[in-house]
Amino acid sequence: MAAGVATWLPFARAAAVGWLPLAQQPLPAAPRGCEARSDEVLVVNVSGRRFQTWKNTLDRYPDTLLGSSEKEFFFDPDSGEYFFDRDPDLFRHILNFYRTGRLHCPRQECIQAFDEELAFYGIVPELIGDCCLEEYRDRKKENAERLAEDEEAELGGPGGAGTDWALPPDSPFRQRLWRAFENPHTSTMALVFYYVTGFFIAVSVIANVVETIPCAAGGRAGWREEPCGERFPLAFFCMDTACVLIFTGEYLLRLFAAPSRGRFLRSVMSLIDAVAILPYYIGLFVPKNEDLSGAFVTLRVFRVFRIFKFSRHSQGLRILGYTLKSCASELGFLLFSLTMAIIIFATVMFYAEKGTSKTNFTSIPAAFWYTIVTMTTLGYGDMVPSTIAGKIFGSICSLSGVLVIALPVPVIVSNFSRIYHQNQRADKRRAQQKVRLARIRMAKSGTTTAFLQYKRNRGLEDQDSTRRPALSTRSCSAFEQQHHHLLHCLEKTTSHEFTDESTFSEALGVVSLGGRTSRSTSVSSQAVMGSSARASSLISSCCPRRTKQRRAIRLANSTASVSRGSMQELDTLAGHHSPGPQSSRASLNAKTHDSLTLNCASRDLVAAIISIPTPPANTPDESRPHSPASDNGEGLGRPSGGSGGGGSSGSGGGSDSVGSSSRSNRGTLRNSNLGPSYLLHNTVKISSL
Amino acid sequence: MRGQARKESLSDSRDLDGSYDQLTGNPPRPTKKALKQRFLKLLPCCGPQALPSVSENSVEDEFELSTVCHRPEGLEQLQEQTKFTRKELQVLYRGFKNECPSGIVNEENFKQIYSQFFPQGDSSTYATFLFNAFDTNHDGSVSFEDFVAGLSVILRGTIDDRLNWAFNLYDLNKDGCITKEEMLDIMKSIYDMMGKYTYPALREEAPREHVENFFQKMDRNKDGVVTIEEFIESCQKDENIMRSMQLFDDVI
Repeated sequence: MAAGVATWLPFARAAAVGWLPLAQQPLPAAPRGCEARSDEVLVVNVSGRRFQTWKNTLDRYPDTLLGSSEKEFFFDPDSGEYFFDRDPDLFRHILNFYRTGRLHCPRQECIQAFDEELAFYGIVPELIGDCCLEEYRDRKKENAERLAEDEEAELGGPGGAGTDWALPPDSPFRQRLWRAFENPHTSTMALVFYYVTGFFIAVSVIANVVETIPCAAGGRAGWREEPCGERFPLAFFCMDTACVLIFTGEYLLRLFAAPSRGRFLRSVMSLIDAVAILPYYIGLFVPKNEDLSGAFVTLRVFRVFRIFKFSRHSQGLRILGYTLKSCASELGFLLFSLTMAIIIFATVMFYAEKGTSKTNFTSIPAAFWYTIVTMTTLGYGDMVPSTIAGKIFGSICSLSGVLVIALPVPVIVSNFSRIYHQNQRADKRRAQQKVRLARIRMAKSGTTTAFLQYKRNRGLEDQDSTRRPALSTRSCSAFEQQHHHLLHCLEKTTSHEFTDESTFSEALGVVSLGGRTSRSTSVSSQAVMGSSARASSLISSCCPRRTKQRRAIRLANSTASVSRGSMQELDTLAGHHSPGPQSSRASLNAKTHDSLTLNCASRDLVAAIISIPTPPANTPDESRPHSPASDNGEGLGRPSGGSGGGGSSGSGGGSDSVGSSSRSNRGTLRNSNLGPSYLLHNTVKISSL
Repeated sequence: MRGQARKESLSDSRDLDGSYDQLTGNPPRPTKKALKQRFLKLLPCCGPQALPSVSENSVEDEFELSTVCHRPEGLEQLQEQTKFTRKELQVLYRGFKNECPSGIVNEENFKQIYSQFFPQGDSSTYATFLFNAFDTNHDGSVSFEDFVAGLSVILRGTIDDRLNWAFNLYDLNKDGCITKEEMLDIMKSIYDMMGKYTYPALREEAPREHVENFFQKMDRNKDGVVTIEEFIESCQKDENIMRSMQLFDDVI
C-alpha cells in the first residue's frame, strides 16, 4: 500500500459512520483491536548505531520486516532494542522510507549491496521513488550485464562446455575439431591451421591486387602494357588454385565439425567463405564463351570478399561489424536525412541552374552527384554552379551537409566505444580467469584435503589411542570440526567415502588392471566427481605427454600402479597385512619406517592411498599453490613446472599428483617387501616424467 | 535511440500540430508570454531587463504556494474542544503532519487518500461529500482542527451527535432537510465505490430502490423530505442502527 495509507485508515473507518443509517443489513462486528493503543518509541540498533522511531512509523508498511511481527525475532530483551547486524549507513535510507514514504537510492553505494539490504528488510525495489528509479535501474542493468559476462566466463571454465578449456579426452573428433576452429589456442595444430589460413587469405588478397598492376611486357616495352595477371597467367592461376583449395578444405571441415550445420550455413562467416570461393569454381565450369566471360570477369570482383575472412582473425574487425549492426537505427537515420537533404538541394540547384547554357546540371539525378560531393565537403569541382542563385544555394548546401553528417556520428562513436570497452573488459577478465579459478579451486580442494586429514587423524586415534601420532594435528576451528563431523556422518550414511581428485582420476585411468578397484573407490570418488573430472581433464589437457606416459607406465608396470585394486594386489603379493595408521606424506618424510603400514580394511585403504594432493595447475608456468591442508608445514617445495629434481629420495617429483602418487607408491611399495632395486627403478622412472 | 521511443516519435507528430510539448510529453502549459516577449528574446540587444515583469509574476506565484503552512491551535485548546486525550491528539497530529506537511488537506488530496481504500470502485464523489462534511467552515480545505473535530464527533460523541453528523453528511446543501435527490446522489456515490464486479451484479435501479426504502423508513409525515428530527427519531427506533453505532468506538 502506498505511503501513509495506514495512517489514514482510522479516518476512513471513522468516516464509515456515514453508511450506518443507510445499511439494510446489520454490519459486521469490528475486529478486536490488537494494536497497541499507545504509541511508543522503538530503538533499533543497527551495528551499534541507534535509531529511534515511533512504532507507528514502522507500522505503516506492515508487509516489511520492520512493520510486521518479524522484527520480534531480532528483539533483545536485555537491552530492550531491536538489534540488526547490518550496514548502518544503508539503514538510514531504509528508515527514511518509513518516515517519508519514498525510497531513495544512495548514489555512492554499490547497487548490489543496497539491493541486498532491501531484500533483507522486505522492501520491494519497485517502491523506489521516481527521482532515483531511473538511475537505480540503469546501474542494476549494468551490474547484471557484468555478472552475466562473469558467469559466462565461469561456465567457460572447468564446469561447462567452455571455449578456453579443453574437452575431456573421450569427446568425439567432431567436437574437438569445432573447438579447435573456435578457439585456436587450445592446441598447437589449431594454432598452426589458424595462422596458415590467415597467411593464405593475405596471399590471396595480395595476388588479386598485384594481378592488375601493369608490368612491362618483356621485349615489347612501351607499346603495350599489360597487367601482371595476363603476363603470368599460369603463376597466378596456380596461386589462386592453392588458395581456393585451402579455403574449400577449411569450409568443408568447418561444415563437418559444426554442431548445428543449418545454423552454420546461415551464419555470416560461412556465407563470406562461400562467396569467396565460388567465383573460382564457377570460372572452372563456365565454358570459354565470349558472352559469359564478361560476366565471369565481374564475378572475380567477389574474390575481394576474401578479405572479410580476416574478421575471424581480427577482433577489432568483429567489433566494428558488431557496432555497425547495433547502430543500425542511427545509420538508418543518417541515411534517411541525407537522402532528404540531397533530394531537396538537388532540386533547388537544378532549377537554379536551369537557365544556363552548357550546364552540367542536366537533370535532378545529375544534380544528386553535385549535392553529395558538396554536402560531404569533397568538392571535386567537376560540377560547379554558375548562376548567383546557384552559388548561394550551393553554399547553403555545403553548410548544412556538415551539420547533418555530424549529428548521428557521436552516437555511433559512443556505441563503438562502449562495445570496445566491454570487449576489453571481457578479455582482461578471461586473462585473469585462470589465476582466479586456480585459487578458487585451491580453496575448494583445501576443504577436501582438510577433511581427509581429519579422517586420517581420526583413523589414527581410532586405531591406536595409546600411541601418540607424530603427526602434528592442525588446530581446527570449531567450525571445521563440525564440518568435518558432518562430512563424516555423510560418509557413514552412504557407506561411501570421500577421496581426492588424483586418486579418482587414476582410478579412472586404470583400464588394464581389470577392476580390482573396490567399490568404495570408484563410487566415493564420484562424490567429488565434479572436481575430479575437471582435474582429470585438466591433467589430460595441460599435460598430455605426462598423462600418456603415466598411463603407459601404469599399464606396463602393473605393480607400480597406485589404484586401490593394485594395492590389494600388492598386498596379496607381499602378504603383508598390518594394521596401523595410514600413510601420510608427513610421516613419509618424518618416519619412513614405522608409521607406514598398510591397512587392508577396505575403507581405511582409501586413506592410505591419499597423500595430500594439490590441484594440478592449468598451465605449467603457474606457480603451484601449496596445499593448505598440509600440516607438516615443511618444505615439500613443489618445483613449478617440469620434472627433474628428485630421485628416489627427495619429495620433489614431477608433476604434483604424479609426485604424490610416487610418494605413496614408495610408501606402499616399501611395505610390500619388494626389492629395493625394483623400488628405485620404479621411483626413478616415475619421477623422471 | 531505442526502438520504443522511436515508434512514439514517429507516429506522434503532435508537437508539430501544437498539441503537446516535445520535451516533456505533456500538453503545453498555457504560458502567458506574449508574442512580443518571445521575439524580444531572440534579439541579442534586448537583455534581461526587457522581461522583468513576466519573471516576477511567476516567481511570486510559486513563492505564494510554498509559504502556505497552517498550524493548528495549541494542544490544550484542542483537548478542550475535542474529546481526545493528549496522547491521542499527538498520534493523530503526527500522522496528519506526515502526510500533509503543509498542514491542510485540499479536496484533491482528500479524494486521492480516500481512493486508496477503495481500489475497485470510484470513490471520488463520496469523498467530495465527506470532504464537505469535514470542512465545516467551507473554505475549501480541511485543517487539522476540522479533521480532529469531525473525528471527535464520530468516535467519541454521543449517539445523537453521530446521527447529527451523518445527517449533516447527507444534507448536501445544508438546508436542514434531505430531499430524495440528495439522497439519491449519496446513494449513487456509495454504490459507485463498489465498482463493477459485485455479486449479485449491480443493477441500475438499485440506488433508487434503496432510496425508496430509506424514505419509507425515515419519512414520517411523507412529505418527501427527511428532517433532522424525523431522522434521529427513526434511527433511534431501529435496533440495527443503534447497535452498529458502537462499531467504530475503538478505531483510534
